[in-house]
Amino acid sequence: MYKNQKHMKYLIFIGIAAMTLACAPDKPKNQEQYPDQPTKSAVEDIIADPTKGIGAVKKVTLKTPLEQERVGRGLAIFEMKCSACHRLTTERVVGPGWKDVTKRRQPEWVMNMITNVDVMLDKDPEAQKLFELCLVRMPNQNVSIGDARDILEFMRQNDGAK
Amino acid sequence: MKKLIKSIAFFFLAGSVFIFQGCKPKGPQEAVVGNAASKVYVAPGKYDEFYNVVSGGFNGQMAIYGIPSGRLFRILPVFSQFPENGYGYSEETKPMLNTSHGYVPWDDLHHIALSQTNGEHDGRWAFGNANNTPRVARVSLRTFKTEEILELPNSGGNHSSPFITENSEYIVAGTRFSVPIGENRDVPISTYKENFKGTISFIKIDPQSGHMSIGFQLKTPGVNFDLSRAGKGPSHGWFFFSCYNTEQAYTLLEVNASQKDKDFIMAVNWKKAEEYIAQGKGVKVKAKYAHNLLDEKTHTATSEMMTEVLQLDPTILKDIIYFIPCPKSPHGCDTDPSGEYIVASGKLAALIPVFSFAKIQKAIADKDFEGEFAGIPVIKYESALHGEVKKTGLGPLHTEFDEKGNAYTSFFVSSEIVKWNVKTLEVLDRVHTYYSIGHLSVPGGSTRKPHGKYVIAYNKITKDRYLPTGPELTQSAQLYDISGDKMQLLLDFPTTGEPHYAEAIPASLIMPNSVKIFKIEENNHPYVAKGEKETKVVRKGNEVHVSMTAIRSHLVPDNIEGIKLGDVVYFHVTNLEQDWDVPHGFAIKGAANAEILVMPGETQTLKWVPDEVGVSPFYCTDFCSALHQEMSGYARVSPAGSNVPIKFSTGVIAPEGKGTAK
Repeated sequence: MYKNQKHMKYLIFIGIAAMTLACAPDKPKNQEQYPDQPTKSAVEDIIADPTKGIGAVKKVTLKTPLEQERVGRGLAIFEMKCSACHRLTTERVVGPGWKDVTKRRQPEWVMNMITNVDVMLDKDPEAQKLFELCLVRMPNQNVSIGDARDILEFMRQNDGAK
Repeated sequence: MKKLIKSIAFFFLAGSVFIFQGCKPKGPQEAVVGNAASKVYVAPGKYDEFYNVVSGGFNGQMAIYGIPSGRLFRILPVFSQFPENGYGYSEETKPMLNTSHGYVPWDDLHHIALSQTNGEHDGRWAFGNANNTPRVARVSLRTFKTEEILELPNSGGNHSSPFITENSEYIVAGTRFSVPIGENRDVPISTYKENFKGTISFIKIDPQSGHMSIGFQLKTPGVNFDLSRAGKGPSHGWFFFSCYNTEQAYTLLEVNASQKDKDFIMAVNWKKAEEYIAQGKGVKVKAKYAHNLLDEKTHTATSEMMTEVLQLDPTILKDIIYFIPCPKSPHGCDTDPSGEYIVASGKLAALIPVFSFAKIQKAIADKDFEGEFAGIPVIKYESALHGEVKKTGLGPLHTEFDEKGNAYTSFFVSSEIVKWNVKTLEVLDRVHTYYSIGHLSVPGGSTRKPHGKYVIAYNKITKDRYLPTGPELTQSAQLYDISGDKMQLLLDFPTTGEPHYAEAIPASLIMPNSVKIFKIEENNHPYVAKGEKETKVVRKGNEVHVSMTAIRSHLVPDNIEGIKLGDVVYFHVTNLEQDWDVPHGFAIKGAANAEILVMPGETQTLKWVPDEVGVSPFYCTDFCSALHQEMSGYARVSPAGSNVPIKFSTGVIAPEGKGTAK
């Protein structure tokens, strides 16, 4: 009897231990489960220069006068992929108006916002402020970095650059 | 004495109960052992190891499951309309279901063939057959859309289809029922023997585009063709078909087509047929059949009516086909991974004959024939036979293979899978299925490179497997681990429709190529609006074409006026999103043609014939964003003959007092 009781206690102990282990939430391994999240180096970049945003675009060289070929292509992409939510004035519809965006933001920030929007909305404080204002996540419109550069040139023209 | 009798009687009664229970498959709760759950558990955020492409049987669809979890990911519409995504309802997809009999909204899809290169799955296409109105479909494994459907002329039901050669040169389509073909088809049914013919179509697959065309059609004696498999390796260039009803019965087949002790396996030398065609021996005959093709750039299917087919008559052109006797109404006809052995399963037999390709070749060379059937040589049974698997089970149907030289045969009548060795013909193991298994599938089990690991049973009877849902039940499948010597039951999972054949393929062959969006830049739909600037409403006679865009969370235009009673309105909705998994839907009140669902970058069209004057709301049917409920609009319908002009806008607010109707 005594022996059995001892066994019982032992079993209960194992049972509780097993349950505790089973119930303890696993720490999510973010990088494995969400491969789109920024790598460590990208996060370091925010600290390095928060005004440039997060993404593959590190340095953009702007030319004067405007590159007119880019402006033309940028306008076409704007009409196909952006104009549903953005006006060229300061008026906010679904997303903020584009007027003066190139005066408020670094060119790198603009291009990272276009090409790496999911990470920007999750990590970049400025992008998050806009999200809180608009309440609609800006969609990933599958814009290449080259296309984003063209859009940027079109934005500069919209802001009065020559 | 009475007591003695009573006790003897009791003994027998108890014994019979015991025996009865012994015959009945025990519940899987008894068959499942300890670690089964961990073997099928796919943790949240993790992926299954295999895709399982499963035929939907009488629902006319294919379904995609994950293995080992048994989770259903998608139902792909193929031969039936599908309310979930508008397939067969949208103007773009209606032509896919066109046939020489007109629009057929629902068919019966039995078998799957995945494309192969060098005898292995290459992850490009899945083919399926329509059993009723004979057709073959090709589904892209990049987009998981039905891209092409080819109808088959001179066929009385396409059952032995769509089995595939080892480099996807051909898929076949053998008629289930022989019928009168050619010019005079109005003949007495009792003239079956002289007037009824079978056909086997060899459908050519373009290696780049996958496009299908009938390469040639073999005219055969009137019998029923059931299933088939291509040769592989040494037997590449040959195809094997099971035939039943060699009695040539035309009534009460249950009895009259089961008279003979043996029917046939038909061996087809398709390379020989190609030689005859090269020599110009094919005959072009008139035929009427539809060929339907989806253009990925216009997102639109077109249907073309074909007018002729190339036929070969093997009773005249020798050496194309041979018959091999096979016991008792053979059903499954499967070639092993080496290509040397052909396993035939007589539905009514208790043994499985295994034929040898080398012996068949020798018998043909030696003219080792027992006679002819309707002008076709019949090879002697013993001369073609590798051996028989004895004492297997009852009602053998289909056989799949692993990479270790083992075969797995399903037994419908005795509800079991039997594992046996192909070379030694020795039975190694057996497991029960729940209940009455039809087809079965081993990943890669029909190819030269099986992946072993699992066998999946697709059962015909469900009964008590799940919580009951009235008289109509889901179907039941079981997953078994075959990595060890003994098969181990792991999982019961429900399947939709009635699965017949299915194939499983490693996820690594499909996952990296899966398309996420359609590029809006490449959309060539005639009514696409690539951006809101291109949206418009155009009247063409009594047709009104609305080129509309959808993006979170508005439709452009969302105010439409100038539609009149008697008009036919086409809403061509382009989804401007370019992000994965952001479809938009579209529905308008009173649309007799259901709804549509539009993938990112795609254009789909809903036809609407308004039947009352007034204002009809329309909206997005797919919950897309926080402001999804706001994604809506109005269409105004005026009386016939009124002079309200076409007018459309979004976000335009009329000045106070000026918004009233005129």
